[in-house]
Amino acid sequence: MSTGFGLMAPLLRPSDASAPNVEKVNAELFTLTYGAIVRQLLTDFEDVDEVNKQLDTMGYHIGIRLIDDFLSKSNVTRCTEFKETAEVIAKVGFKMFLGVTATVANWDADGTECSLILDDNPLVDYVELPETCQGLYYCNVLCGVIRGALEMVSMRTEVKWVRDVLHGDDTFEMRLKLLKQVPEEYPYKDDE
Amino acid sequence: MADAPKKGTLRAAYRRAADIKPRDARTWQVSLNAFAFLFSEMVQYNQTRVDNIAELEHRLEHAGYGVGLRMLELLCHREKGNRREVRLLGILSFVHSTLWKSLFGKVADSLEKGTENEDEYMISEKELLVNRFISVPKDMGAFNCGAYVAGIVKGVLDGSGFPARVTAHFVPVEGQPRPRTTILIKFSEEVLQREARLS
Repeated sequence: MSTGFGLMAPLLRPSDASAPNVEKVNAELFTLTYGAIVRQLLTDFEDVDEVNKQLDTMGYHIGIRLIDDFLSKSNVTRCTEFKETAEVIAKVGFKMFLGVTATVANWDADGTECSLILDDNPLVDYVELPETCQGLYYCNVLCGVIRGALEMVSMRTEVKWVRDVLHGDDTFEMRLKLLKQVPEEYPYKDDE
Repeated sequence: MADAPKKGTLRAAYRRAADIKPRDARTWQVSLNAFAFLFSEMVQYNQTRVDNIAELEHRLEHAGYGVGLRMLELLCHREKGNRREVRLLGILSFVHSTLWKSLFGKVADSLEKGTENEDEYMISEKELLVNRFISVPKDMGAFNCGAYVAGIVKGVLDGSGFPARVTAHFVPVEGQPRPRTTILIKFSEEVLQREARLS
């Protein structure tokens, strides 16, 4: 399995990467199912912040499993730096699962923080936020997915929404920040 | 994707289907795995909120109900030119073909009328999409995640004026390792009476 910065460099150029053996399903089923989940959460937890947290947690659970699926289907190999990782997520990852690509932008000086910009987002088709839910980050599950997936390849990150179309902005923008690279621990010492 | 319209400030609870400019809506697809992960999380989340199987099925059905209402509106507008079904066979055919095709990419495997009861119809599927990556542990008995699809069908039927009880069941099939799933539709009395009047 994955080791450290390990296993994600593009052997495949990002533009080639829509894996041909990925089975597809109608996006509307996906969109409406996600909407049903958000509606259930809003009914169960009256508080919008709690719903945001739940969505992030769900995304995290998905992410820790999704990374295996992604690595097995996508033929990418080691990433040598975080910039490559971000590109792989934006071009290969999003494309494989959501059928859209994101753009990576606004890198900071260290190369540990960037923005992922989504112009198109299948999760929000047919969605509007009512007055009572203005604090809701509808797509918060995506933050959790990225965080979970990266944690499984030994990167601890923080992912937050910066711009959200449902709040009136013109695009979706997530801020992805690398907090720490956690080198994987080997269970056995080499010399024993 | 480059042609998607810019979205501005939005207000109400959901946009009417007629306002959506489809970005090639018919063929827009996401990966099956993405859906499977999402559905699995939905089931797992609901498991934490219930005490027994019946409640779990009920919650999944309720979730599907909302989807069904929305699919009905969407499909009526897009596929049928806003024509309304008033006959039983019409709405069953709509569910079996148009709805199934739109949700799952194929028409349902079969549509049958119940032999014992006049008000029962069954739509069967060899392997329901939502059940493909689900394995039900033995201690959950006859629990079927197809309850979500049953909820979708119920939403469509209720929304069209054909109230019914809809449930999902596993039916073992000889020679097949996995049972097939049957969506059982039991129409309410008023539907049958109306149908009799119209015949």
